[in-house]
Parts: sequence; structure tokens; C-alpha cells
Amino acid sequence: MLKPDLLIVGAGPAGMSAAIVAARAGLKVVVVDEQPTPGGQIWRGVEANAGTSRGRALGAQYCSGLATVRAFRECGAVYWPSTRVWQIEPTLGTYVTGPGGTRVITPRLVLIATGAQERPAPLRGWTLAGVMTVGAAQILLKNPGSVPSEAVWIAGCGPLALLYAHQLVRMGGAVAGFLDTRPSTPLRESLRLAGRAVLRSSGELAKGASWYAELRHRAGRYVPGVVDLQALGTDRLEGVRYRTAAGRVEEIRTSLLLIHEGVLPELHTVRSLGCEIQWDAGQAAYRPVLNEWGECSHPDILIAGDAAGIGGAEAAVHRGRLSALRILQRLGKVAAEPGMTEENCRTALARALALRPFLDRVFRPRGEIFAPDDDTIVCRCEELRVRDLRAALAGSVGPNQLKAFTRAGMGPCQGRQCGLTVAALIAAAEGRQMSDVQPFRVRPPLKPVRLCDLAGLADEGLSS
Amino acid sequence: MKAGQATTAVIGGGLHGLACALALVQRGQDVVLFERSWIGRRASGATAAGVRTLWRDPAEIALSLEALERWYRMDALVGDDCGFRAGGQIKVAESHAEMEALAARSARTRDLGFHHEELIDPRELRRLAPMISEHCVGGLIARRDGAADPHRTIAAFRGAAEGYGAVIREGISVMALEPDAGGWRVVTDAGNWSVRHVVNAAGAWGGQVCRMVGEAIRFGYKASMVFVTERVQQAFGPVFSTVGRPLSFKQSSQGTLVVGGGIQGWADLEKGSTQVDFRALARGAAAAQTLFPAIRNVQIVRAWTGLEGKTPDLLPVIGPSARAPGVFHTFGFSGHGFELVPLVGEIIADCIMHGRSHYDIGAFDVARLLV
Repeated sequence: MLKPDLLIVGAGPAGMSAAIVAARAGLKVVVVDEQPTPGGQIWRGVEANAGTSRGRALGAQYCSGLATVRAFRECGAVYWPSTRVWQIEPTLGTYVTGPGGTRVITPRLVLIATGAQERPAPLRGWTLAGVMTVGAAQILLKNPGSVPSEAVWIAGCGPLALLYAHQLVRMGGAVAGFLDTRPSTPLRESLRLAGRAVLRSSGELAKGASWYAELRHRAGRYVPGVVDLQALGTDRLEGVRYRTAAGRVEEIRTSLLLIHEGVLPELHTVRSLGCEIQWDAGQAAYRPVLNEWGECSHPDILIAGDAAGIGGAEAAVHRGRLSALRILQRLGKVAAEPGMTEENCRTALARALALRPFLDRVFRPRGEIFAPDDDTIVCRCEELRVRDLRAALAGSVGPNQLKAFTRAGMGPCQGRQCGLTVAALIAAAEGRQMSDVQPFRVRPPLKPVRLCDLAGLADEGLSS
Repeated sequence: MKAGQATTAVIGGGLHGLACALALVQRGQDVVLFERSWIGRRASGATAAGVRTLWRDPAEIALSLEALERWYRMDALVGDDCGFRAGGQIKVAESHAEMEALAARSARTRDLGFHHEELIDPRELRRLAPMISEHCVGGLIARRDGAADPHRTIAAFRGAAEGYGAVIREGISVMALEPDAGGWRVVTDAGNWSVRHVVNAAGAWGGQVCRMVGEAIRFGYKASMVFVTERVQQAFGPVFSTVGRPLSFKQSSQGTLVVGGGIQGWADLEKGSTQVDFRALARGAAAAQTLFPAIRNVQIVRAWTGLEGKTPDLLPVIGPSARAPGVFHTFGFSGHGFELVPLVGEIIADCIMHGRSHYDIGAFDVARLLV
């Protein structure tokens, strides 16, 4: 299977849904995913957890992923778990390393379904041991099912932070306090954005409202409108300082702080291929420029799921199917399932996305995130602070030169953690819009690769 | 300097262009430097930054030794040591046949009167490189060689040149060079400049600048690749290369391992685009792992492809144009120009101002490449 019709990167809702449609229609499909089991972030570990008390605690939406995972397992696509894609050449030569070693795949088409990443939100002290993201904490809940023994402090904004708090409580954990960094939004304006979706999505809205109510009720403390968040400590986290909406500075003691400021499309792969991206002001994120099928500026690459723009799991399923339908069309095949039509998928996608403008508005991150104070570390790998970057900005043009001057973005995270902040600093320093500033050029490999794994590709010279 | 007028225009904002500009402004000339993208965008920003006199073509040895002295007093020249660390450079022999090749080379260089290269036995090799593989039998070392930090070097040369008054114009392409009364008209996409002299420091595009003045030459390009790993604890002092494999291996001052060796990636000179070829780069990884088996699990975090001019004899083009008076060349360093930077700028400045250099640059005459 080194020359499949379709290579899908990512086995989350979008990747699996696309694979099911494409493989059932007779295409040779390879799906490569970094996790040991299918499901992506949202349905991580669902095969093991569904039907258990942990699954029930994680909720019905989580358990609903089991059907898709099962259909994916049986659809005929070749599935390579625990495998990293670390380079895709413009001619689609794709380098992967997994349990089977390092291989080069040359598919006819590629579907990128790499999902989302948490928005890097630098604050003072965020590199201290004891500060972790809500996303990372949620992985722990789903995998070994470890519930933090102490009550946790959560600081942030976004549905995932609320969902995590909800799930944690259901699993017997406790929220010591929730520092809500969500800026207040006029409810009427936000609801207008939801429009008629409010009627259709009343269940979803009610669920969100109940999470909030639960949080206010169950959390030790709930503090709205928090700004100037700062993690305190020398070697590891000792406490958190913040300012309340009323302007009062408060300090709490804790050894664990979970932070979260929303999610972004994971664009590293997409950008490495030179695919066009644009700034989406509504989502305060870059997203790829796509047509209604998920086709991008590279003729043989499609993008689906949250990597195409944050839409959530339900939208990811339908975007994955739509991209698969387009791929079938391009390769002269038709979908095997009778109901799998473009029209049905578009209707379902529209429904899944109806509430999105409302959510984007309500959970729009505070401006502080894009303009941290001078003392805040931006590039974690090279430990560069805002002031280091501002100083270098005086004499350089653009992010790539800034990188050369300061080494920001040269470390193992390859700019994933600092790229957006650097772009924002440049935009602010030069009075430009985010849409005019491009993040760092992506250098390969997309993910770090061991020297021996690269060496294994050489015809000669192996020492072992 | 009046807008649109300068004594000398330098085409190309790589290190050689900057060094030329610096030497000229230090000698009191008005200099404008045009760079199509940004300073250090190409080979200068992509180099593994070896400061190497070891294993040079005999024609280059004298220049490289003179340049090396300048690396030792770089701070005085440009206000920064450019991260230069003199850990030595070693060419490693992996077999007795290779050791004999090193001995023959060493004898030849000594016959020419140079004593900077020294044969070392396995014991000395292991003293200098405790982690080197058992099978390596010795090497040839230039103990005063080393490596520098390319980005610091670029910043220092740029800062020094601007400090002395050089005008650096980034984002400007030179479209044509036209003879003008007593000099040249430099036609750019942002207006024309009248100058007396033109320096062609255009790297991979040096051949195109030659064509602008009617000097067609045999010329190609190199697209050499480099990869860098995460930081490692181990200390590798010298820079390593081998007799039989494409490899250059060193530890940067940040602790990362930098591996190159002239393995070629893909490039499109017209579009100015490059691409890493990991199948080819795998040979470099294999070579590094063979020499230092302990690093096999180190993570590679970045790889890139530079773009650099290449001549048929792999020697640079340094000196006056053969056909166009007032035009001077410094390009085509074929992947080993970094070490020569602090000297060649002075040579060109002397050629421009005094009509000659007191260094022998006959082997680098553009006339040898004319078609």
C-alpha cells in the first residue's frame, strides 16, 4: 500500500468519516494516525471506554463516537496507528515513521485531517511545572482515567474548559476554582448571531448553560471576567495571581493550574506545503483557504475537520464525507451508501455549524493573549520573552528574519507554540493587520524524527 | 550620498556582499547594496558555518589561512566574535586505505609549504572525539579551524557595514546594468542608480549578473542540505568530516547537532524555491550515525536547503570582470565560501580602489569560465 489512491492524515471524526466513504466506494485508502487507537482527540480511547463508568462520565457525545470508530475499523481502509507523518513533498511523497519503521508513501491524493491544537496563550509563569493545558489534562482523563487527587484550578475560556470541568466532576474529581477569562459579551448581540439556530440548537445551548450553572454551583470558586493572569513560583507552580472584573488583585495557592484559551486549526502540515491560509477574525485564528469541498491551493490536497476551520466533531464528520465525495468524483467512483449524497452532507454540515458564529463570539479570546507583557516567555523552546522579540523586531522585517535573529521557533516545537504570538507582535509593532502578517515558514520535518529513523531510509551506511 | 548615486553598487546581500560593502565604506567609499529579498536569505542564512582551512583546494589554501587569522580577531573587525569557536576540523579515516589517502594529501600540502594540516592517530582521534566509532583509524586535523554562528555573523557584518555608512536596500531587484558615462547605470525595480563600480555578489545568481554585462560563463548551482537536532548533552568540540562519505558534523554553541556535507536537495533557480530531499539526506544521517553510534536516538528538528553558486572547478570567481570595466566579481564559492568572508571583501575593495590586490587571485579569474 505504498501507492494508495488516497492518504488520510489523522483518524479523528473527519479522517475516519472520509475513509469510510472512500474505502467503501472501492478506493485504496491509507489512514495514518499518531494515536494507538482511532478517534482523534474528541473520541480518544472510545473503544476501551464506551460501556464503562468512565465512558458514561465522559458523556453521550463521547460514546457516540464508537459507531464511527467501528465502521472505520471495518471499512477496508489500511490503518497505520502510532505513526507520524513528518514530511509531505509537493509531489505528495509522504514520509511516515511508525512501528513498521520509516516508509515513503506516494498517494494520488491527500486528505489532511489533523484536527485542532489548543491556542497558545502565553502568560507569565506558564512554563512552570504544574501548569498544563486543559487539553492535556483531558487526555489523562480519557486514557489512563486518572482523576487528579487534589481539586484543580482551571483558568481560561472556551467550551473545552467547561466540558473538562463537567467531565471531571462526573468522574469524582473536584474543581477548586474556575478563573473565567472570557470577556463579557452582550447576550443579545451574541444570540442574534445564533439567529434561528437557537431554536434548532436549543438542546446544545441548554447543555452549555447547564455546564455553567453546574460550575458556579460545584466549583469551590467561580470568578468571572478574570484578566492579568499570572502563574507564580520559582521552580514549580506555587500560586496564581489575577485581577477580577472589579479590578481587585487576588492570589490563590495551588500546585496545579490548567489553562485553556480555545482551539485553532492545526496548520503545520498545510502550511509546510505552501497552501494558502487566511486570518479568520471571527475565530481569531488562521485557517486554510478552501472551496466548498475542502480543496485548497494545492491541486491534490484536501483539508477536512477542524484543520479546515474550527467546527467541532459533528461538522468534522460531514466535512470529511464531503471531501471524500469530491475525491470519489475526481477518481471516477461513486459512493456505495445510498444516502451519501452531497445534498445530505451539506444540509447536515450547515446544521452542525449553525451555532458556531454564536460560540465564536461568546468565547472570543481576550486581546491580552495576543499582546502579553514584556516579561512573558513567548518561545518556550528557546526561552525568549516578549521583550527579546520586541528588541529584535526593531531591526528586522518579518517573522522569518526574526527567527534567524532570535532563534524563536527553531526548537523542537517548530514554532507551534510561538508562531501565532510572534505574528501578533509583528502586526502590533508595525501597525498591520493579522491578515497581512504570515507566521513563520514551516521547515521540515513536520514532527521531530529520530536520526536512526531517517538513516534507515539510506540505501547504504547502516551501522547496525 | 545623493539619492540614486553612489560610488559602488553591491548586488547581493549575502555575507560576501556585506563584507565587500564593509571594506569599501571603511575605505571611505559611498556604497549602496541591493538585496532582492532580505539580508542573508540564501546561502549565508543556510550555511552550516564551518570555518575551515582543512582539505581546501591548493589554490585556496593561502587565502583561507589569511582569512582564518581574521576570524581570530573578528571582534575588532565587526564588533562581535560571530560565535566563532576554534574546536578544530577533522577529516576522519574509516579504513587504512583512507588513512593512506590522508597521508598523501598531507605530504602534498607540506610540499606546497603549508603546515596547518596534521595527521592524527587513533589515540589522538579518540582523545578529541571520545564518542567516535571504534572502526575509525585516524584523521587529518586543522587545529585552529572551527565554526561560527551564521546568523550572528550576518548581523555583525550588516551592523558594521551600516555603521560605517553603507546603504542597504532590501526587497529591491537589479534588472539590468547599462554602461553610463564613467560607470554604470543600475536599473532596479525601484528606480535607477548611477555608480562608478559594480560588485557582483549575487551567489547562485552570479551568472545572471555576468550576463547583464555581456559576460556569459559556465556556471551552475548547489542546493546543499543541512539538518539540526534537538540539544544534546554530549560535547563534540571539533567539526567532523569523512574521507568516504558526504558528511559535515558539529555541535553548535546552542548544543544542537548540525549535520551537512553537501548532499543535494532540489531547487528552482527561476522561482527561487528549494525543497529538502529526505531520501538523499538520509545518507547524511546514516553517515553521522556510523561515526557516532550513540546519537542514533537524537531527534532531528529542522532541515533546509540552501542555494549557492557552483563553478565547474568548484573555485570561486574573485576579481575584475574580463569584459566590463568597473565590474568586479565575488561569487560562485561552491559551498565553501563562509570562511573566506572576512578576507575577500578586502580583496575586492583593493581591486576597486587600487586596481589590484596583493593576494594571488589568478586562479579565481572569471576568464577561465567564459564561453
